[in-house]
Amino acid sequence: MATESGPAVALAGVRRAFGDVLAVDDLTLEVPRGTVTVLLGPNGAGKTTVVRLVTGALHPHGGSVRTLGLDPEVAAEGTEVRRRCGVVPARPALYDRLSGTDNLLYAAALFQVEPRLVDARVAEAAERFGITDALDHKVGGYSTGMRARLALARAVLHEPDLLLLDEPTAGLDPESARTVLGLIDEMAEGGKTVLMCTHLLLEAEGLADQVVVMDHGHAIVSGSPRELTRQYWPAARVILDADDPSLLDQARGLPFVRAYERNGVALVDLEHETDVPDLVDALVGAGARLTRVEPQAPSLEELYFAIRKENREPS
Amino acid sequence: MSRRSPTKQARPSWVIARTDLRQLMQARDFWLPLMIVALLFFVIIPTFLLLILGSVKDANLAKKLSDVVGSLPKDLQAKVHGQKGPASASYALAVYLFAPLAIIVPLTVSSAVGAHTIVGERERGSGEFLAHSPATERQIYLGKLMASLIPGYFTAAMGFLLYSLVVNLIVGPKLGGWFFPTTNWWILMLWVLPPFIALALAVILAISARVSSAAAAQQASALATLPLIVIAYGVSSGTLFRGAGSAFIIGGLAWCAAIFALWRASKAVSRERLLGMGAT
Repeated sequence: MATESGPAVALAGVRRAFGDVLAVDDLTLEVPRGTVTVLLGPNGAGKTTVVRLVTGALHPHGGSVRTLGLDPEVAAEGTEVRRRCGVVPARPALYDRLSGTDNLLYAAALFQVEPRLVDARVAEAAERFGITDALDHKVGGYSTGMRARLALARAVLHEPDLLLLDEPTAGLDPESARTVLGLIDEMAEGGKTVLMCTHLLLEAEGLADQVVVMDHGHAIVSGSPRELTRQYWPAARVILDADDPSLLDQARGLPFVRAYERNGVALVDLEHETDVPDLVDALVGAGARLTRVEPQAPSLEELYFAIRKENREPS
Repeated sequence: MSRRSPTKQARPSWVIARTDLRQLMQARDFWLPLMIVALLFFVIIPTFLLLILGSVKDANLAKKLSDVVGSLPKDLQAKVHGQKGPASASYALAVYLFAPLAIIVPLTVSSAVGAHTIVGERERGSGEFLAHSPATERQIYLGKLMASLIPGYFTAAMGFLLYSLVVNLIVGPKLGGWFFPTTNWWILMLWVLPPFIALALAVILAISARVSSAAAAQQASALATLPLIVIAYGVSSGTLFRGAGSAFIIGGLAWCAAIFALWRASKAVSRERLLGMGAT
């Protein structure tokens, strides 16, 4: 039976192989309701397979999948799971010979939107994603950005409880990508649960409540960006610059400095944030006239590579 | 918006079939050649041959044409012998010798549509949309089946109508009025033809679900349906030559085979295959 509490998605020891290739291997992860969870990983990490397992489009070869408290492997529950999920695949999977309206009406009928609500939902989704003017045109003539927007509009038309986005900005120009990410952010703020796959770290930046880093079908690590930063990043990083940058090299010998690197500006990793004033005092005392002191949080990209570096298997 | 939404919730299988048919209607480059083939077989060739037969004045040639009737089974010869040479030959041609067209053309149309229907979703990537949809695998299969059957039956019905007009307009005046369709043609069209189209489609959909490209589906389907077309050719001729009793038996057997084949083929359509897994 469906439970409205508990995680939106719970995978426990899930395994899925394609021939000899293990796409997902003993994967355990939870997606809390009302959050944005980002699956990060290189191509072939198993992210798309996870999306397909979550809706029941693929059968797991081991372990258990629960989506919205239901088991997608049970016929009736699987139908209910898919009715309550909205999926934007990596390829928008649209019908090029049909108009935008017909694509949306098809989805509305298939996802059992009440007929009396369909017109309003189509109009609302089209306006939200900025495609109203293109609705009567055949989708074959849409730009990549328009196709991505239509795919998003189609995915939310039936007001799903769980939105699964597989590389939603793949192939988009920066402006369209930014718009799409803004729209995802907006949906997340509206309380939707979002599970997004990407290998583009910048697009997950700022969106993710939880990050799951995957590689070779495993979840290497998961947690909120803040937790991961605490776990994988020095307590504080500071960017420094001075009239005479060579004087910044004095920082290298200070006891609370973990790492020092100067390439134009200096990047200094400290034991604690509270060490920043001591660092400044020490450098001023050494005669440096500081022109920049900027504490820096790691970007998701830096965090990702730090995690990958720490978890890399010895080759 | 170009289209009003429906007022009643449609069944998923019908939603899928309706959308496939709508796409087919938009693909003029796909259906136009098929319609030309249908016109050629149901209208142009029969018209041409029947007009030529009707205009024969030479006595020797008329006698030779009478001999055509002699090649028919004895009981059929009795039905035709009331007519003179060219008229009896026209009657024989219209009623007995064009029968296979009724099978071949709809089979060709349904095969062409059916071969693309599932593998086409995979090639376009839209199979992923269906795989994540709440429609069950059985509903998806039924939708695809309907989308392939309807063009075949529609072509058969329209072709039959046009063929009846052609035959009655050209041969009818020589035989004292409209005479077509005969009882056996009704049996052929309503009882024998439908299971053969369904049987062929069961094979084709199973292939379409398994192969990796539309081209491969087309090739494999052509190969798989060729024996069926040959059998259907023989059966359709037999239906008209041997009478209603044997036609009912042949049709019944074909229905049994079709139902079994359709049930088996329904297992070939799965979400994983819509995603491109297990395609060869």
